[in-house]
Amino acid sequence: MTQYILLRHRDIPRLNQLEVYLQHGGFEAFKNAVTTKTPQQVIDQIKASGLRGRGGAGFPTGLKWSLLTKDVFPRYVVANSDESEPGTFKDREILENNPYQFLEGLMIAAYAAQANLAFNYMRGEFADLAAKVEANIAELYAHGWLGQNLFGTNYSLDIRNKLGAGAYICGEESALLESIEGQRGQPKPKPPFPADKGLYQKPTVINNAETLTNLPMIVARGSAWFRTFGTAASPGVKIFCLSGSVNRPGNYELPLGTTFRVLIEKHGGGAPGGRKVKGFIPSGASSNVLPATDEILDCPMDYESVAQKGSGLGSASVIVFDESVDMVWAALKIARFFKHESCGKCTPCRVGTRLMLELLERVYNGEGQPDDLRQIERLGGVIQRGSLCGLGQAAPNAILSSLRHFRAEFEAHL
Amino acid sequence: MLTDTYSTEVEAILARHPGDQKRAAAMPLLYLAQKAYGYISLDALIEVGALLGLTPADVASLAGFYSLYHLHPAGRRRVQICTDLPCALRGADKFAEELCANLHIKLGETTDDGEFTVEAVTCLAGCLNAPLFQVQDASGVHYYEGTPDQPLTAAAAIGILDQLRGK
Repeated sequence: MTQYILLRHRDIPRLNQLEVYLQHGGFEAFKNAVTTKTPQQVIDQIKASGLRGRGGAGFPTGLKWSLLTKDVFPRYVVANSDESEPGTFKDREILENNPYQFLEGLMIAAYAAQANLAFNYMRGEFADLAAKVEANIAELYAHGWLGQNLFGTNYSLDIRNKLGAGAYICGEESALLESIEGQRGQPKPKPPFPADKGLYQKPTVINNAETLTNLPMIVARGSAWFRTFGTAASPGVKIFCLSGSVNRPGNYELPLGTTFRVLIEKHGGGAPGGRKVKGFIPSGASSNVLPATDEILDCPMDYESVAQKGSGLGSASVIVFDESVDMVWAALKIARFFKHESCGKCTPCRVGTRLMLELLERVYNGEGQPDDLRQIERLGGVIQRGSLCGLGQAAPNAILSSLRHFRAEFEAHL
Repeated sequence: MLTDTYSTEVEAILARHPGDQKRAAAMPLLYLAQKAYGYISLDALIEVGALLGLTPADVASLAGFYSLYHLHPAGRRRVQICTDLPCALRGADKFAEELCANLHIKLGETTDDGEFTVEAVTCLAGCLNAPLFQVQDASGVHYYEGTPDQPLTAAAAIGILDQLRGK
């Protein structure tokens, strides 16, 4: 009796070996899709499942596929395995331990999008892992799961693994495509959207690695089965990455709609040393900090509920702060991250993240001016409103929300 | 010249990037050049550019953008410790400090024997196992980490570096 849907390697030893994956029904969903379903039927099934993108935006996956510009070929499907958001480490576990389920998902997505070439883009730091994934892909060619005229049909599919070279921004989809083309990974203004003009100016779908890993199970067991997990608007399970001030950090695969309290207290074992949890960031460095009040702790972790509390579920990377953590120090860490990772293309982000870091350093070092907190708020607003892409727009979130919820700690530094 | 010392690898990379994908070969070629020269030297920029019909400046704009390419020489191995927020909440700053103290350097500096340059880097997607680091050298990029129950200590990290030193 298996329990996991995505982290199935925790139930099934050696699932990262092709023969074991095949023994457990591996690639039957892909084969069934290619031999018995039209691409549109696959899209309809995923739409009916209500699966939403697990990379952060929560956009409905089936809808994303159906936005591809009609009748323009070739098309491309790209797996986003660039996992770089501070606090996020779920795709790495999947790629390491359950790679074939991920690859089967990528193959199903490619079939649904009528693409004959798919890419898997991994961050450069994953070089050793990329070598393993490339070996997995080679196995699939050797056993006839990839290549020309699959299962005697006229559908052909190739997968190419791509390695980045260290740049958080390449998780942004237009920057990721630039990087695949051998350019600097800098985002492009939208429109045009990748579904219209993506990789090499062709219609392109980009899906997160965890999103793709859901697909074989949905195609095999049906959308109604998938909807037995999670909530009506956020169906399915999610891998929650729990880190920071907790006794048991790690990946927890739980139904969407599980509360923060269950994740942090039951699974994470609460804060170390018997300290109290003071707050947390629900979605890595890019989202708003929330204070750990009873009301917030009892909030279900689904896309709508977390948004209602003034933050976002995003990639579900929950970074916990206990009462001993200085929130000015935490804000400074986040400011340093974004200053380093700003791609430099647009001025509000390039200059703004640098100024933000300087302001926070001054405040943290006790050299802040009385007006500095207001300056941080004003500057943060400019960066949010003026930046081209999600990186800049989100860079001040955790800092401004920390200031909002823990203002006394900032004032104490002045 | 890359085309002399790594001719097979260069050919293979170019073959993997046909037609409109040619420019994309710049990324793996830069990794190869770094392996050959220890960093992305001016010669490397010129050679990679010549292979792809790009100016050295265009290649430099790539090498300068991505943090795993290095335009300046450093130690034979770069020890890159994540000190981002989730790792720092689990002691990464102290870990980095102890490691550096043991090597008699500060963050960003290189050991006297030219073996190690220790750097602070951003999130490595291993926050559960914090603290952790990667080592970048001619053989690639390799992770070193403990587990949530048994995190890596600075002493253990020194042991790992001592073993690497001999190789």
